[in-house]
Amino acid sequence: MKELAPVRPTDNDMQEAEQHAVEPLRHLFEVNRRDLFKLLGAGLVVGLCRPGAFAQESGRGRGEEIPHDVASWLHIGGDGWITVFTGKVEMGQNIRTSLAQQVAEELRTRISLIKMIMGDTDLTPFDLGTFGSRSTPQMGSQLRKVAAVAREILLDMAAQRWHAERSSLVAHNGVITNPSTKESLNYAELTHGQKLVKVVADDAVLTPATQWHVAGTSAPKVDGKAFVTGLHKYTSDLTQPGMLHGTILRPKAFNTTLVSLDAKEAEKLPGIKVVRDGDFVGIVAPDPHAALNAREALKAEWNAPTQISEPALFDSLRQGTDGESRRGGFGGGRETGSVQTAMAAAAKTLSQTYTAAYIQHAPLEPRAAVAEWENNKLTVWTGTQRPFGVREELSAAFHIPLDQVRVIVPDTGSAYGGKHTGECAVEAARLAKAAGKPVKLVWTRQEEFTWAYFRPAGVIDVKSGIAVDGTLVAWEFHNYNSGPAGINTPYNVANQKIEFHPAKNPPLRQGSYRGLAATANHFARESHMDELAHLAGMDPLAFRLKNITDTRLRAAFEVAAQRFGWGKQKATPTRGFGIAGGFEKGGYLATCAEVAVDRSMGRVKIVRVVQSFDCGAVINPNGLRNQISGAIVQGIGGALFEAIHFDNGRIGNPYFADYRLPRFSDVPQIEVELIDRKDQPSMGAGETPLMGLAPAVAGAIFSATGIRLRSLPLMAKPLPAA
Amino acid sequence: MPSITLIVNGAEHKTECASGESLLSVLRHRLGLTGTKYGCGEGQCGACTVLLRGKATRSCLTPAESVAGEKLVTIEGLAANDHMHPLQQAFLDEEAFQCGYCTSGMIMSAYSVLLAHPHPSDEEIIQYMDGNVCRCGTYPRIMAAIRRAAQGAKKP
Ligand code: FES
Ligand code: FES
Repeated sequence: MKELAPVRPTDNDMQEAEQHAVEPLRHLFEVNRRDLFKLLGAGLVVGLCRPGAFAQESGRGRGEEIPHDVASWLHIGGDGWITVFTGKVEMGQNIRTSLAQQVAEELRTRISLIKMIMGDTDLTPFDLGTFGSRSTPQMGSQLRKVAAVAREILLDMAAQRWHAERSSLVAHNGVITNPSTKESLNYAELTHGQKLVKVVADDAVLTPATQWHVAGTSAPKVDGKAFVTGLHKYTSDLTQPGMLHGTILRPKAFNTTLVSLDAKEAEKLPGIKVVRDGDFVGIVAPDPHAALNAREALKAEWNAPTQISEPALFDSLRQGTDGESRRGGFGGGRETGSVQTAMAAAAKTLSQTYTAAYIQHAPLEPRAAVAEWENNKLTVWTGTQRPFGVREELSAAFHIPLDQVRVIVPDTGSAYGGKHTGECAVEAARLAKAAGKPVKLVWTRQEEFTWAYFRPAGVIDVKSGIAVDGTLVAWEFHNYNSGPAGINTPYNVANQKIEFHPAKNPPLRQGSYRGLAATANHFARESHMDELAHLAGMDPLAFRLKNITDTRLRAAFEVAAQRFGWGKQKATPTRGFGIAGGFEKGGYLATCAEVAVDRSMGRVKIVRVVQSFDCGAVINPNGLRNQISGAIVQGIGGALFEAIHFDNGRIGNPYFADYRLPRFSDVPQIEVELIDRKDQPSMGAGETPLMGLAPAVAGAIFSATGIRLRSLPLMAKPLPAA
Repeated sequence: MPSITLIVNGAEHKTECASGESLLSVLRHRLGLTGTKYGCGEGQCGACTVLLRGKATRSCLTPAESVAGEKLVTIEGLAANDHMHPLQQAFLDEEAFQCGYCTSGMIMSAYSVLLAHPHPSDEEIIQYMDGNVCRCGTYPRIMAAIRRAAQGAKKP
């Protein structure tokens, strides 16, 4: 069996990291050996160094400290529990389970014996954050290595104990057996009373996917019961002794300054404290209701500058770039051959513009934080994708060293890229500091819609040329503002110029969103490919396949088309069929969509979606299907109707009543085809499955109506009557 | 502060309640029943759904005073002696959630679907559930869970 190559960060990881500008810090792992065993009891601790760092076994003679640079580690206790520490966080993407599965696999034990400690900056090793579909390829493979090393150490221990030939011993189901003597010991018995720390280099040999027993199966969600019984505590459900409740007075528009504040009436209310610091005004109260009442009693005047409104959005994005285009490197994009020459020689050319609106993540659990100061140490519980990043924000905001800040992330009511930042954590900590008591702050839906951040809006210009036989010969692609992710085309084209142009002053605060700009870039690229197919008089699938050699992408298209029955039914004025696909963050996908069109009402309903997906060796098929299907449903919103409206620094639709989310009645029949490539490294799947829907639906609408919609959301306006 | 009595999950609770305070706020902050969630406060997402006289009710829009003395059921009241309600089991079996934040409200709304239609059609499920948002997009699985729970129920 060929060993898999280690997974290195890809350009996409770096792009993603760059967009959040967080440098990995070192020397942050501060639990020492004594604390650790006090916390977890005796046992065996195995840590794994970051690649290239300290490479020798340690543990003896290194004093009390566990070496820095430990990327991940686990503890096997004399009580039988295996505790795994990772800085990743669970937000519904199921990594608590899929990571535990991978540990159980390599450790040859049961998932039920594994406890995952996640996203606690005092306990878990530094982690950049849970985003960019990195948990599976990076954290998953690291934890597999740690577990594999631990297994080998356990085998060593047993061999020593029995004076047995090590290679004859078998580890299975949490027990090591010597088949010749029938002796056996479980891991608890082996590690009982030990206080052993081993830190090893990143070179463990992993079990190939073809031999997996625990990984690769649809293990049920590890703590599923807590969610269906309502017992799981999200951040917003936590309390601390003596805890008070906060609320923030928000200005009516962005970029305002506070001119005056009259807090007299509010301060008269029982138990109310008004906290003012520059433009920040907050309330601390004994209960949330009292906090709101007190906020109502504040009288504030704000000074708001004039700001860009929605109608001027796309012009402002196109014109407001810094003039510097980004090609290659972390900015994304590339240039080969000569587009100009190829366009001049092409049989047919096409030039079109596509746009994508600002949309919001709208995680069902809005931002929340509980902050507590104790002896100058700040502890904040908050739902964030970047516990270590938020710790830095807190440390900077309060001018305290990092080791006096602890961020703990309870499993969170989802994020989709929308919870990278720590604004709520900082606000809660500010209020708690002023109150001298723990404070909980839970953002309202309106606050989440206004003061969080948005998926960047974008304008994308595409110019292309094809030869007589439908071969793509020229491709020029300019993305203004939405971002570089997924900007490069997977189609063969000799002459291409692909550039990302960041806007200098986008009108809204923008940031990461599930899949980043790959959704907008796929929408533009795949829509344009569809238009080219039409221009060439070719079937949209045949045209794509003519221009792809990548076998995994071809397979994705073929598998989806086969299941969908692509080409079997002819489009009618009320039924349309579309196809789109692509490659992003290690995942290959193709999406086929069928839509029903009602021209008299101007409506479109997606009735069926078939999506293939290949992200290497599948770790948890059921969890993966859930992610893919969920991404498709979420994609319906951005594809058809989600858009943030804004006017002069104010959000026009900061409520669910005005921001249409996909609901039960919007959901089509969804069929997912997993392509399980056991010979390929496992990649993440939280994001890429979102990419195909919008262009497939746009293509389907075109096939039924001949109307080509080039702006997301497609149904911002009803379709014109026939 | 005035106080009211609520009968939640079979137990009587006398609790303080500010005038105009929502049932959601009283359940979560005064009774510590945090299984019922806040998602929007505007009656649009269903995360806060509880049962009032067997009917799915948005607790965020219900003033607590208006239900004084009434019998309420929250997600915490569905399981009996550690035995999960068939709907809870069905949600688990179908893994009908991702982040789980919508789940309490989904299960409570589903409960009222099954009360009204022990063997609901897809259209009936959608009609009852369309006010509940799952931002993670697990709707197809939630439908499957409701169908599964309905199959377990005896034919009327
Ligand atoms: S919180 Fe009540 S409906 Fe959303
Ligand atoms: S599971 Fe996350 S909102 Fe439904």
